[in-house]
Amino acid sequence: MKILKEIFWPLVAVVAAFIVGGIVILMLGDNPIEAYRLLLSSSFGSLRDVGWMLHYATPLIFTGLAVAVALRCGLLNIGAEGQLYVAAFAAAWVGIKFGGTIVTVGTDKQDWSWGTLPAILLVPMCIAAAIIAGAVWGGIPGVLKAKFGSHEVINTIMLNFIGIALVSYFTQYYYKIPGDPILQTAPIGENATIPQLSSFIPGLPADVPLNVAFLLAILACIAVYIFLWKTKWGYELRAVGQNPSAAEYGGISPKKQIILAMTISGALAGMVGIGEVLGTRHNFYNGFSAEWGFLGIAVALLGRNHPLGVFVAALFFGVLLRGEIFVDAFTSKVSKDLGWVLQAIIILFVACLQKYSRK
Amino acid sequence: MGEIFTLALLFSSLRLATPLIFAALGGLFSERSGVINIALEGLMLAGAFTAAVVTYQVGDPYIGVAAGVAAGAFLAFIYAVACIKFEADQVVAGMAINFLMIGLPALISGAIYDSSGSTPQIDKILQLPDFYNRISIATIVALALVPICWWIMYKTPFGLRIRATGEHPEAAETAGVNVIRLRYIAVTISGVLAGLGGAYLSIGQSSLFTRNMTAGRGFIALAALILAKWRPVPVLGACLFFGLTEALSIQIQGASWAKIGGEEIPVQFIQIIPYLLTIIVLAGFIGLSRAPKALGIPYSKED
Repeated sequence: MKILKEIFWPLVAVVAAFIVGGIVILMLGDNPIEAYRLLLSSSFGSLRDVGWMLHYATPLIFTGLAVAVALRCGLLNIGAEGQLYVAAFAAAWVGIKFGGTIVTVGTDKQDWSWGTLPAILLVPMCIAAAIIAGAVWGGIPGVLKAKFGSHEVINTIMLNFIGIALVSYFTQYYYKIPGDPILQTAPIGENATIPQLSSFIPGLPADVPLNVAFLLAILACIAVYIFLWKTKWGYELRAVGQNPSAAEYGGISPKKQIILAMTISGALAGMVGIGEVLGTRHNFYNGFSAEWGFLGIAVALLGRNHPLGVFVAALFFGVLLRGEIFVDAFTSKVSKDLGWVLQAIIILFVACLQKYSRK
Repeated sequence: MGEIFTLALLFSSLRLATPLIFAALGGLFSERSGVINIALEGLMLAGAFTAAVVTYQVGDPYIGVAAGVAAGAFLAFIYAVACIKFEADQVVAGMAINFLMIGLPALISGAIYDSSGSTPQIDKILQLPDFYNRISIATIVALALVPICWWIMYKTPFGLRIRATGEHPEAAETAGVNVIRLRYIAVTISGVLAGLGGAYLSIGQSSLFTRNMTAGRGFIALAALILAKWRPVPVLGACLFFGLTEALSIQIQGASWAKIGGEEIPVQFIQIIPYLLTIIVLAGFIGLSRAPKALGIPYSKED
């Protein structure tokens, strides 16, 4: 019964959003039923479809968890986007500096690395770099909130712009191959890459970029669950989120928990960099994120700030992201922006219905 | 150094500050009444898109501006319903509005013009006019709005009620103010002004709407509002300053003066100034920036 109660309101929000979206499709002059059929069924036809859907869902699991952990402490982290940019760049930097990256500039071969480490060392180092960079970028607004009481929403928005500008600076001036028209770093060393799941799963085509990061995302869900509900720190974090003054009265320091929550939140957002840099692109590309940090807010809200809910909600958004490509291609009027519109309306409805779901 | 501060830079700063002034003054009304306005970005996009489409279809920029304003106001009203009637988290609802306005214009322009994301080019004669080819009519309106907003906010009963509602809604209600109605009006005004700013972007500063063309200006306007400590005249100062940083970051590319010891100044370093400054001000290093007390707290009569 409890689980039914938990999923009832999110489901209402989704259905309502689809109804509003359907009206929009009708007004554009297309058939909503056909559009929705394409949108929802394109992820389940074959192993390839499922693989792509899970690939789209992976970054959203991380950002959804990031937003959820902060929200459990009563904080809204709008900064996951900046955190994952900074983290992805950090992972790429380690992958270049310790991966033996050789760059050809004109006819001149340059060694951009400080050495070549074996994969068994380099991969964990790159992962750690992403996590630490994300944690730092998330921790800053946490410290600012704890020390000066400045609002984390404003600071995370500002840090998004600053973080993205800074990594674009480092990419442009130091790590871009001269002459490359695209704002991206040189490739990371081969030893820094993580394998695609297609090399383990028979039948999964090699063009599906789904990689080990998806397994890390599942582990992250489990870890967040254990942290929040099975550890003292997690209990304290949730206590602060429910009632800061009561928690303080009970001997819990809200300041410490605010910093902790934002740091963990940033670390989780930073983990997006692992799959994207080590698994998919093998470099840092400025513009790699399709607003995943912001979509994480929708994922967390729809998933009721619970790791299992976040996982399911991220898969649902994965279905939408996969499906919108087919809607774009196979309907005459509706473009792939339908996904954006649906996501926006879902967020709006979830936010509006929260008043009722608390009762 | 003399080369930097030319008349051209001044005009460029004014031009770039104009949409910020509109949006920040809009945010002022909403936030002073106690409703956070993260949705400024989306409201501007609504104004920009509608103004571009209507100007193109009807062939009159002023009807276009009116339509953009109406779209901004309508969307702001929806936002107000979510925040006030349903007591939704204002930041979350605001982000939803911003998302909607990334997707919806692209969806509509894709269906009407078969080009996802941008509207057709508008003729030069249909754009908002400039005086002496330098100063847009919109800039003049924006500058005129600053004293008007100041007067409304500090010299009229309506302004007093808005400020009271943002500071202490219960007391305002006791004194006979209809808090709910006032917040609806204030948020809708923010849509009107942000819609104006957006309309200027698409049919004044440029000649068409492109996907997500505000590119964070709604957030810069919000930053200006915070930097100005929610007061109209300092809002003008903050917006002019942010306009200057943007003008500098455009002019810096390839400019001979923009070098320190032979190295060019990275454009990113100038771009981050507004954001960095906001964080510093919020932390209280440059005087205390105090938000309206009831900002972000839904008001319900039963409590």
